[in-house]
Amino acid sequence: MANTRTMNVEPSGPKPKKTLSRNNIFLYGTLFVIAVYYAVPLYVMIVTSLKGMPEIRMGNLFAPPVEVTFEPWVKAWSEQCTGLKCDGLSTGFWNSVRITIPSVLVSIAISSVNGYALANWRFKGANFFFTILIFGAFIPYQVMIYPIVIMLREMGIYGTLTGLVIVHSIFGMPIITLLFRNYFTSLPEELFKAARVDGAGFWGIFFRVFLPMSVPIFTVAVILQVTGIWNDFLFGVVFTGPEAYPMTVQLNSIVNSVQGVKEYNVNMAATILTALVPLSIYFVSGKLFVRGIAAGAVKG
Amino acid sequence: MDQKRPNQLFRNKTAKIAAIPMILTALFVFVGGTIWTITYSFTKSGLLPKLKWVGLKQYDRLWATKKWLVAIENLAIYGILMLLLVFIIGFILAALIDQKVRFENTFRTIILYPYAMSFVVTGLIWQWMLNPEFGVQSIVRDFGWKSFSFDPLYNSDIAIYGVLIAGLWQGSGLVMVLMLAGLRGIDQEIWKAARIDGIPTWKTYLMVVIPMMRPVFITTLVLVTAGIVKVYDLIVAQTSGGPGISTEVPAKYVYDAMFSGQNLGQGFAASTMMLLTVAIVVIPWALLEFGGDKKHG
Amino acid sequence: MKIIRTILAATTALTVTSAAQATELEVMHWWTSGGEAAAVGQFAKAFNATGNNWVDAAIVGGEQARAVMVSRIMGGDPMGAFQFNHGRQAEELIEAGVLRDITDIAEAEGWKDIVNPSNLLDACTVDGRIYCAPVNIHSWQWLWVSHKAFEDAGLDVPTNWDEFVAGAPALEKAGTLPMAMGQQGWQQTGAFNVLMASLLPSDVYMSVYGDKNTDVAGGADVAKVFQAAADARAMASNSTVQNWNEATNLVITGKAGGQIMGDWAQGEFSVAEAKAGEDYSCLPGLGVNPRLSTGGDAFYFPVLKDEAKIAAQTELATLMLKPETQVAFNLSKGSLPVRGDIDMSAANDCMRKGLDLLAKGGLLPDTNMLLTPDTSTQLNDLFGQFFTDPSMSAAEAQKTFVDIIADAE
Repeated sequence: MANTRTMNVEPSGPKPKKTLSRNNIFLYGTLFVIAVYYAVPLYVMIVTSLKGMPEIRMGNLFAPPVEVTFEPWVKAWSEQCTGLKCDGLSTGFWNSVRITIPSVLVSIAISSVNGYALANWRFKGANFFFTILIFGAFIPYQVMIYPIVIMLREMGIYGTLTGLVIVHSIFGMPIITLLFRNYFTSLPEELFKAARVDGAGFWGIFFRVFLPMSVPIFTVAVILQVTGIWNDFLFGVVFTGPEAYPMTVQLNSIVNSVQGVKEYNVNMAATILTALVPLSIYFVSGKLFVRGIAAGAVKG
Repeated sequence: MDQKRPNQLFRNKTAKIAAIPMILTALFVFVGGTIWTITYSFTKSGLLPKLKWVGLKQYDRLWATKKWLVAIENLAIYGILMLLLVFIIGFILAALIDQKVRFENTFRTIILYPYAMSFVVTGLIWQWMLNPEFGVQSIVRDFGWKSFSFDPLYNSDIAIYGVLIAGLWQGSGLVMVLMLAGLRGIDQEIWKAARIDGIPTWKTYLMVVIPMMRPVFITTLVLVTAGIVKVYDLIVAQTSGGPGISTEVPAKYVYDAMFSGQNLGQGFAASTMMLLTVAIVVIPWALLEFGGDKKHG
Repeated sequence: MKIIRTILAATTALTVTSAAQATELEVMHWWTSGGEAAAVGQFAKAFNATGNNWVDAAIVGGEQARAVMVSRIMGGDPMGAFQFNHGRQAEELIEAGVLRDITDIAEAEGWKDIVNPSNLLDACTVDGRIYCAPVNIHSWQWLWVSHKAFEDAGLDVPTNWDEFVAGAPALEKAGTLPMAMGQQGWQQTGAFNVLMASLLPSDVYMSVYGDKNTDVAGGADVAKVFQAAADARAMASNSTVQNWNEATNLVITGKAGGQIMGDWAQGEFSVAEAKAGEDYSCLPGLGVNPRLSTGGDAFYFPVLKDEAKIAAQTELATLMLKPETQVAFNLSKGSLPVRGDIDMSAANDCMRKGLDLLAKGGLLPDTNMLLTPDTSTQLNDLFGQFFTDPSMSAAEAQKTFVDIIADAE
């Protein structure tokens, strides 16, 4: 029975024919329940951001707003006070963009090259430095502030955007290098050897062979770095001056003010606004993710 | 021949030059910074680093402080549970989504979006959800189950589990995404071969697929563990270390010592202990991982 | 040659004219909420009126702001002025020589004679030189009680701590929380310090916090305070809120009988349009020993090299203690002014009680002035534990308290 039947087995194209098969119910059911666990807090945030304060004070978290109001959103973006300036989050938005773009680009550029060098061009001491890098991933940021301040001061770039980009690159290096290194080692070695035989050098192989194959991993790296750098507060505030503070500083001021009335609806709106950028990156990258990965599984 | 010897340094020249940023960072920032921290942990630095030696006094005080001991215990509980659960949940989710479900984009985004939210508000939301007055407990009670009790954040013994719930919500999405990337890299042929051989699906996952995903697992492991060791913002936003000191964690102890207590020496002593622990784990792993490589040059 | 001379002359002319233009001074503080911002805006307005430019750098949270301040100073890019609380927080910076000595300004303006109480200036005086400009006084020793909560339980509104404690069982029976308290260490330590200041004679308070006398700290007087703290703990045991203003909200809405909180709680009552004497009462010194501790804020000035900026600093420091700015700032902020000689008739009820006490001299130095931040943090941890762990006895807590005081500098 086994042999003849299996030889005629069709490749598993579309899944189970009956949409309500037991497996399917189990699958979608589980996913749905889990999705609820994840979505409920977002629901609470959205619903709260659309209510007026009197409604919120009455305390029912999960009830939809009786009176929908978009005022908290307007306030969060352009009117909320964050110190003397009462311009809401908009002040910091462009600063965040200005910080995030170069930091993401530089950190990923450096780390991908690192990962590539470690995976394919093993030279003496490479792994030693790599281990130190991994160790560095575990150091709490607060501890490194003073040594880095001193270092940047000596280099004369304390307080500049360059300094901040360097700091972000340094702290992104361990994980992103690891990410790339592991990915490149999992690619078949024949590829690399073949390219060497063809006479290509370090940069040639990187740009012509590895880069095109690494779209999915670059996507993951971008997700990690954009989220981390966009949401960063500590470095943004220690290594720049007030004109260059990122959005997270305003967000923190809005949400965490100790004195005065806490306007929860504005806080929620502000948080969602701040999270929109990484979220849209996730959304857009989703396509790259799926298709790229499936295509990238090359069998030598 | 012998001519190769003197050129050892110039072998792979381009690679070495390209790796200069990594080497500099590793040496000056990570090694240098660590040495700096350890040095000043033997001093009486307050708000500013000062070279006033006090020997092991900061360490004596550290280990006599209840807050530090509670912090370590919490990190152990939170860390182990978080690690296990986030991998299990992340992998199962990835496996489920990998089944070419419809609405994959939606499910994936819903599970991943918490990662985009800054900890500051994640902590606050979960504080509300776990609040007995108007959170989950009151909702369930309204439904009729009057004795339902679910307010971990106000119970010193289990508050850390309340934080764990929020942490899992935030982090499992990323693990799922990484696992998904790994799963998608597995060739379909493997699945077919396993099915032909009659191996049940769960066994295929366990014995065949997971070992093939080793690199992804390691990356994820480092990512998650680094996040656990450094956890700070979530605690501050959700419980401020409370009730009392029952949700203190080492990173918060360091930060509080450095900036509230204005006692850098104490903060550095705590960090040094944290770094020591990490070194104890990372160094043997590195030797294992890379020791064999030396033979292949 | 001539060309060079012309160019030089032209550039000098340019620099001279630009020096006469507005100087930008970066001022860092942690007043980020609406009300606080309005207050600091008074300073900014006055400063901008002098022809200079106030560059605002607001970072929420004392510790974070301080981390940034110190990093900027260490990084060689200090701001023009920054805010700290009164007390010993800036001690090390003064000793490291990175802060500007403003004794000359203080003497020119006669601060020693107008600042009341004098411990505000003493807190930032090292070796006889003054380094800060104190701008307000905030006190902790207030009991805010809700009239509604007590009337609903059929009780008279308490006028002091003992009556408040006595009314607790009846409140509980009526389903009201006797005392509201947020679950954060600083609130719990604050409450304890209030009990220390209000239930004991001043000399005991001073001998424990000022002289660090461990015998008194372990003695019978202080034991009474720990007992009162245990009472407070019992009354606040069901207070499941985190932030101080959430606890105040419970009092405002009558869900809790009272709260021990500083004078900044006044703002919450005002926003909720509650009337003093009708909806709520404020009892300074818990109605027992009407004394206030003098906490508050002061501005410090890092050492700068730019002449124009130094001049701007001088102008800022000078105007901060001028009568008009003091009135405007403190009315906005709800704190007490540091000058005794100005007209605060627009102040509300509770602030007037505070002003009276200020005038009469019923004051104590705030613990921030007597203890290092390190000791304060240790005390925060102790009281955080004590208030959330009913199994920790008053005696145990007192013992740890004595140890901390013994180690304090």
